[in-house]
Amino acid sequence: MIVNEQVAVDHGLKKDEYAKICKLLKRTPNITELGIFSAMWNEHCSYKSSRLHLKKLPTKGKKVIQGPGENAGVIDIEDNDAIVFKIESHNHPSFIEPYQGAATGVGGIMRDVFTMGARPIANLNSIHFGSPQHKKTKNLLRGVVHGIGGYGNCMGVPTIAGQTSFDSSYNGNILVNAMTLGLVKKDKIFYSKAAGLNKPVIYVGSKTGRDGIHGASMASASFDEKIEEKKPTVQVGDPFTEKLLLEACLELMAGDSIIAIQDMGAAGLTSSSIEMASKGNLGIEINLNKVPCREAKMTPYEIMLSESQERMLIVLENGKEEHAKKIFDKWNLDFAVIGKTTKSKKIELYFDEEKVADIPVNTLVENSPMYDRKWKKAKLPKKNKIKKEDIKHLKIIDVLKKILANPNVCSKEWIWQQYDHTVMGDTIQKPGGDAGVVRVHGTEKAVAASVDSSAVYCWAHPLTGGKQVVCESFRNLISVGAKPIAITNCLNFGSPENEENMGEFVECVQGIGEASEYLKFPVVSGNVSFYNQTKEEGIKPTPAIGGVGLIKDYKNMITMDFKEVDNLVLVIGKTEGHIDQSLFARTILDEKNGPPPEVNLFNEKNNGETLLKLIDNNLIKSAHDVSLGGLITAVAKMCIKGKKGININKPKYLINEIEYLFAEDQGRYILEINKKDFKKVADILNKNAVHFDELGTISENELYINDKTKVTIDELSTSNKSWLTNYMSK
Amino acid sequence: MKSSVITFPGSNCDRDMDVALKKFGFKNKMVWHADAELPKSDLVVLPGGFSYGDYLRCGSMASKSKIMQSVINFANSGGMVMGICNGFQILVETGLVPGVLLRNKYLEFICKNVFVKINDKKNKYFKNVDNEVLEFHIAHNEGNYFCTNDQLKEIEDNNQIAINYCDENGKIEDQFNPNGSLKNIAGIFNKKKNVLGMMPHPERMIDTSLSGEDGSLFFKNLINNLK
Repeated sequence: MIVNEQVAVDHGLKKDEYAKICKLLKRTPNITELGIFSAMWNEHCSYKSSRLHLKKLPTKGKKVIQGPGENAGVIDIEDNDAIVFKIESHNHPSFIEPYQGAATGVGGIMRDVFTMGARPIANLNSIHFGSPQHKKTKNLLRGVVHGIGGYGNCMGVPTIAGQTSFDSSYNGNILVNAMTLGLVKKDKIFYSKAAGLNKPVIYVGSKTGRDGIHGASMASASFDEKIEEKKPTVQVGDPFTEKLLLEACLELMAGDSIIAIQDMGAAGLTSSSIEMASKGNLGIEINLNKVPCREAKMTPYEIMLSESQERMLIVLENGKEEHAKKIFDKWNLDFAVIGKTTKSKKIELYFDEEKVADIPVNTLVENSPMYDRKWKKAKLPKKNKIKKEDIKHLKIIDVLKKILANPNVCSKEWIWQQYDHTVMGDTIQKPGGDAGVVRVHGTEKAVAASVDSSAVYCWAHPLTGGKQVVCESFRNLISVGAKPIAITNCLNFGSPENEENMGEFVECVQGIGEASEYLKFPVVSGNVSFYNQTKEEGIKPTPAIGGVGLIKDYKNMITMDFKEVDNLVLVIGKTEGHIDQSLFARTILDEKNGPPPEVNLFNEKNNGETLLKLIDNNLIKSAHDVSLGGLITAVAKMCIKGKKGININKPKYLINEIEYLFAEDQGRYILEINKKDFKKVADILNKNAVHFDELGTISENELYINDKTKVTIDELSTSNKSWLTNYMSK
Repeated sequence: MKSSVITFPGSNCDRDMDVALKKFGFKNKMVWHADAELPKSDLVVLPGGFSYGDYLRCGSMASKSKIMQSVINFANSGGMVMGICNGFQILVETGLVPGVLLRNKYLEFICKNVFVKINDKKNKYFKNVDNEVLEFHIAHNEGNYFCTNDQLKEIEDNNQIAINYCDENGKIEDQFNPNGSLKNIAGIFNKKKNVLGMMPHPERMIDTSLSGEDGSLFFKNLINNLK
């Protein structure tokens, strides 16, 4: 095939990008080379629209062993233990083929983690679907949940937490973000930087097939009506092979044979070989005839661009080939020496004894395009005034029941019961709490993780929304008694070529950066997914934040279920009555305008750290952060989980009761304490200048405000638990 | 007491079982599926997981593994063999216990705590367990037990049902059946009751911090019965 500008454009390259390639090579690329450039220079692999802004994120900290730039981030959890973690999107493929799209998303992120030598110990996910009424939603949800379960369950890695939301902005572009945590010894972390000349380059894992060719390019474009035709670009997952690959890699990693290792993810053999060469400032020579292929007569172009799953590229020490091969033979996996490292600083490919590609590595990496896209700053919307007559007819209990049954608040048990969340025998907090918690096997320590996003807030005001998500992650970790350490982010946005969408990206990233800097909660890994867009319509900006924290003694973990009748319930953090953009405003008043709740970073940090002090002093029986649905929704969930009731005191505020109960002011937590500890708790809170209200007392089985405003916990529980099950069984 | 846990390609509860057995005093060895001989054992466990990906019928490939001939010989000579979850599926494929395991009735993987009622205590697995009802944990996609009417008659005549799904008071009813199993069957013995296959995972219930502690009860009792 003759390469020209049109062929380049068909590969998703811009005309000026093609001109740049010709200039860098000082000639016209052949088709294999063009394929390689298109794979490396697409948005998904090159971060060309986002790099400039991502640089501003805080990525360093005392506990950070490895920040962004590797397969995943690594943090120190003491005693020579480290946690490797990352979140990644698989949005585009999951919309086209939900089961395989989601499954390979989970497979891909686990590979990123065990590539670094870590055994995966927990999976999480953040999944977002269109309106429940949309004709595709139910099948997409079912397919995605089956896909996540199908892969994670087979791998034997527990899925310990997640987030699911519904919003019509995802009607044409669902989001599937998968996160994995792995455990590794600090001195046994593996990196992707090749080193040394004439070292054997090894291919292991599944054979290469024709699936997923141009997957990364597909994920770098908007959808149109021909989207169904893209099905062949979706990879097919084989979790069984990945389980074998995991065990084989960890077995090989126990020795000292590996110089560098990199999984073949997006853009397959192309990006893995180029990244290893680039980081090591070396060249790589590959004989493509040696690559194990699933199908006959695959061309160099297809071999280089295939995104077949469950494959790894390894640079070995000389003389270790036999030893390594034995391990992969034992696990029935392909093993082939396909090339070697060279001093050429070029990627040189041979096929049928002919040189089929010859590209300097730096042209693909350092010289890849970077854009400073135009973006529009968002204005803070004007506040709405709630009119007394709009709310005076509302009955608190009716509103509460509606909110508990809202698709974005209701119990997601139907989903997480399909995920094996107890395998590995260390899950001490299951899905449905503020964060999932797993013990560090064989120790007193435990790791907490949560994944959060608040698309509505980000849409209303990206800067505030970006900050809020980081704070919510911080709160969720603290609520289970964990000290927050670091985050990973998955930045899901519309087209960067649209100034408003780009503005949302820039300002959300700025918000994330400000909050993570202030809270000392650095970003150690992440992923950007642009073009979540069908024709002109993009999704609401949805940065998902995956937070990780440490509990030093797992016996001190906190859960959110109310524990004991007669215990006191406090709210810490001040309730100002911010109703705009709350679930109450959006669903009960049908008011979609206004600013999101303000984020006060000082209060967030102070309230959170003070709560950790209370937990350290064994003063807290249960805790839960206040988020969607406000204070009473948070309390109701604690009642449902603990099968206990509460007598709520009348608030002593100037704001009205509805505002007090349903406002979504930030920085708040609900706490349960023993009555006898009240003085101690109040002293610590006062000393640290943390505002608190005495909300009420735990009772047997009723949420009681006054004789006219009360409801049994069973009734609330039914509202909360039935929506999703009913929806999926219809 | 010596135990052996077999690791098949795709087993993923082998480590959990190893941890549990050791916690309650077994000297446990991990045995690779391609080995020919079992080490000397008082108990052999086929653990949960997805052997060979369960791409063919669950358990069918593993039932043909090299080690399985020794496991079958061991069982036939009266040795204690326990199959959990995928291990149960492997046991039915070898024919060591009767019946088959179909896909769950609602076609979905289920991971949750369940209650099971002990149906028979005249065996080394459940002898001397004080409780009638245990809280166990299940995590499976194919746990829907089924057999022919003739088989069922034989199973019932020989009292081969080990445990049934029930509520916390031991009531065995359809509404407490998580997967559509015939007669709420959660576990079953061979005729001599030295081989036990069950879907629930006692090894996930060995600590108050986990899903519960009834697994501890089960293992403590088991090692005492074997002494």
